[in-house]
Amino acid sequence: MDLHFGDSKPTDEEKAAVDALLGPPESSWEGAARDEMTAADLRWARGGRAARERRDLLLPGLHAINDRIGWISDGALDYLCRRLTVPPAEAYGVATFYAMFSVQPRPATVLHVCTDLACAAAGAADLCAGIESRLGLGSGVSVERSPCLGLCERAPAALAIKAGDPVRTAVSAPATVEAAVLAASAPDSAEEEPPAVMAVPQAGGPGLTLLSRIGVVDATSLDDYRAHGGYSALRRAFEIGPAGVIREVTDSGLVGRGGAAFPTGRKWRATAEQPDRPHYLVCNADESEPGTFKDRVIMEGDPFALVESMTIAAYATGAHQGYLYLRGEYPRALRRLEHAIAQARARGLLGDDVLGQGYAFDIEIRRGAGAYICGEETALFNSIEGYRGEPRSKPPFPVEKGLFGKPTVENNVETLVNVLPILTTGAPAYAAIGTGRSTGPKLFCVSGSVDRPGVYELPFGATLGDLLALAGVRDRLRAVLLGGAAGGFVRPDELDIPLTFEGTREAGTTLGSGVVMAFDDTVPLPRLLLRIAEFFRDESCGQCVPCRVGTVRQEEALHRIVERTGAAAAGDIALLREVGRAMRDASICGLGQTAWNAVESAIDRLGAYE
Amino acid sequence: MTVIPLGVPRRLLEFTLDGEPVRAPEGSTILDACRAAGKDVPTLCEGDTLAPKNACRVCVVEVEGARTLVPACSRKAEPGMEVKTDTERARHSRKIVLELLASSVDLSTTPRVAGWIKEYEAKPDRFGPGAARLNEEPRVDNELYVRDYDKCILCYKCVDACGDQWQNTFAISVVGRGFDARIAVEHDAPLTDSACVYCGNCVEVCPTGALSFKSEFDMRAAGTWDESAQTETTTVCAYCGVGCNLTLHVQDNEIVKVTSPHDNPVTHGNLCIKGRFGYQHVQNRD
Repeated sequence: MDLHFGDSKPTDEEKAAVDALLGPPESSWEGAARDEMTAADLRWARGGRAARERRDLLLPGLHAINDRIGWISDGALDYLCRRLTVPPAEAYGVATFYAMFSVQPRPATVLHVCTDLACAAAGAADLCAGIESRLGLGSGVSVERSPCLGLCERAPAALAIKAGDPVRTAVSAPATVEAAVLAASAPDSAEEEPPAVMAVPQAGGPGLTLLSRIGVVDATSLDDYRAHGGYSALRRAFEIGPAGVIREVTDSGLVGRGGAAFPTGRKWRATAEQPDRPHYLVCNADESEPGTFKDRVIMEGDPFALVESMTIAAYATGAHQGYLYLRGEYPRALRRLEHAIAQARARGLLGDDVLGQGYAFDIEIRRGAGAYICGEETALFNSIEGYRGEPRSKPPFPVEKGLFGKPTVENNVETLVNVLPILTTGAPAYAAIGTGRSTGPKLFCVSGSVDRPGVYELPFGATLGDLLALAGVRDRLRAVLLGGAAGGFVRPDELDIPLTFEGTREAGTTLGSGVVMAFDDTVPLPRLLLRIAEFFRDESCGQCVPCRVGTVRQEEALHRIVERTGAAAAGDIALLREVGRAMRDASICGLGQTAWNAVESAIDRLGAYE
Repeated sequence: MTVIPLGVPRRLLEFTLDGEPVRAPEGSTILDACRAAGKDVPTLCEGDTLAPKNACRVCVVEVEGARTLVPACSRKAEPGMEVKTDTERARHSRKIVLELLASSVDLSTTPRVAGWIKEYEAKPDRFGPGAARLNEEPRVDNELYVRDYDKCILCYKCVDACGDQWQNTFAISVVGRGFDARIAVEHDAPLTDSACVYCGNCVEVCPTGALSFKSEFDMRAAGTWDESAQTETTTVCAYCGVGCNLTLHVQDNEIVKVTSPHDNPVTHGNLCIKGRFGYQHVQNRD
């Protein structure tokens, strides 16, 4: 390809930001304008294919610029493109795909104020108005309304990101106008976030498995992790070998916790058996489902557990490189995991010779940049590879052609950490927990109108009522949203639904990723539905017609009937049903296929417009 | 004699299409098999010279055992598959997709779509007068071709033709997200400031007229564009020795646009700027 670059030049700082990631250019073939070429440069050419093979550094490169400057100028983007031999049009398409990047000038500090379900119910609208009146034009802060920040247990929430070297972040949750303004104007002096254990009301409880170490173990200490049973599962894995690990995981009955509930053992075996090499492991930590924050709590409170379970998963499936795709809105989880990975590497628990067993494995963290769709497994591959985070059509499935076109196993954070108790207690003991078809412990993210919001661990089979009683559900419960925006509502008289995959399916709803959001009758349901529709319209990648246009038409119809009921709403409800059915049937991926679930359930189960 | 490469012989696989057993060469898509069986499945984004992108979802069919409908243009036929092309479920999705498209973009220059809208009884108006539309002015920033986003269905064919599938220029890409996604060049600049080399291969593959020759655009604006009065003559480009085929579209003894036959084994419909746009010297009568 013969790439064309315009004449926009990077500033020194933009160049430094890119060079800090990629290293200085080796010759002027790589990055410099042609008129800066020296005689020595003309003797041979660099870049080209070798540079193009680093296309996956495009997203980290965009982050590097955005972190340092706060936005991505034409010159900065072109410089990054020269360094990586990426066509500027494609890089522009990638940069404009993500919500956290801007290709227009903006202030160095961006304050993301969550306006999603839990925060909306906790007064995010007033918070936004208050913040905007304090931080108007000229304040040096850009206030942006954000989809779920994953801080639902402390709603309403705000996240300040101040560009610079290094970039600074501060979280304010539960946010007040004063605290959010302080976080934005002086992130370094903002109040520290409460520890991860505060999100676990059951902390220290004797029956906990997945959450047992949260608040008990020092999340920054590998020694402390080992003192609390850490790395015994990996030792067992090496004892029984890859096939043994897969057998244990299969026998345990573990199914994926990200929402799709696919049998993990079967996925691992299918990947392990692929003759094509290399194999990759991807941990999906792009937890963006509104109302979900369990992965964040694990990563912040017990990061070594994730490192260990990724190592086991990679060992079982024959992967030597793992990618941890972490959503861009989780700065503290990023710091904790970076530290944990560095510690593990320094101690020989990652690297060329893990635990002296002659097995090589390492983990690289990739940050997302604000795109719910990147939680879809194939969109996530595209995102890591430096393309727009659009889902691929399946088949071929990731076990056959995944990341970089190679066999890939992708698991959610919660799924992976389940592997530790499976190996330490053995498959039969694990399978004895829960019900016959939904085995093991399950994490639930409870938020909304409850006294003790947070992450709860219960064996599968507990009822919705049991869980809500633990969390202290308040009087006058109006509705419970199960499974997040892609899930469905249930009525307060349906609290005996067992929280299992089969039980929720029988009840005509879904467990999804384990979101349980309670809403009392002070929350206006039509507004909530509008927010859900807005979320899907915002987050649609735009690739296929049913989702790109359907989510817009859905939102329009809900706008029309926001104050209407009965016959006045009937026509639009019929229209919603028709569009919803086509979105579910004909969209490429799960986003479009589920975009109508919650609205449909609110109409059918809650009688939202009767 | 045109030499058409036959490729390696392929095995036949058997599956069921609308209850009838059919045989198709291994690697065929469901759409290939439908066409071979004489069934008309509508499609907008499928490109005869490009890998199917399956973005428009008009060609969805029902496959036994699949949770959702599947795009016929890209799903490969498998032995034993049971495919139904004309069920109520598939027809419903096609109808809605046509309504969603026709309510958001201008399909007036999209071949065949009017017939499908009628066939599937699609009523694009029922989303109301306030339904979001693009409503963008055509971008006329060069003398060769015009970009009319109001007609763009985001089928990605131009992106694929400009990128790694044909031209390798990579001048255009999809930018933005969701309903705001657009086809654009880098930094959303005018075409003249971009990497575009004006081969016009994007115009060749555009299924809706969102990309059109400036000559056609101007004549349509003036009300003088009349396809029924045009003749098409395929000849050989005289600019260089490659021997690309040109199809000259002539109206009132003037060349009004140049396309290229897609079944040509050398060019597959692709041309360069000279073959595509360099025809004025032919009709310089001074």
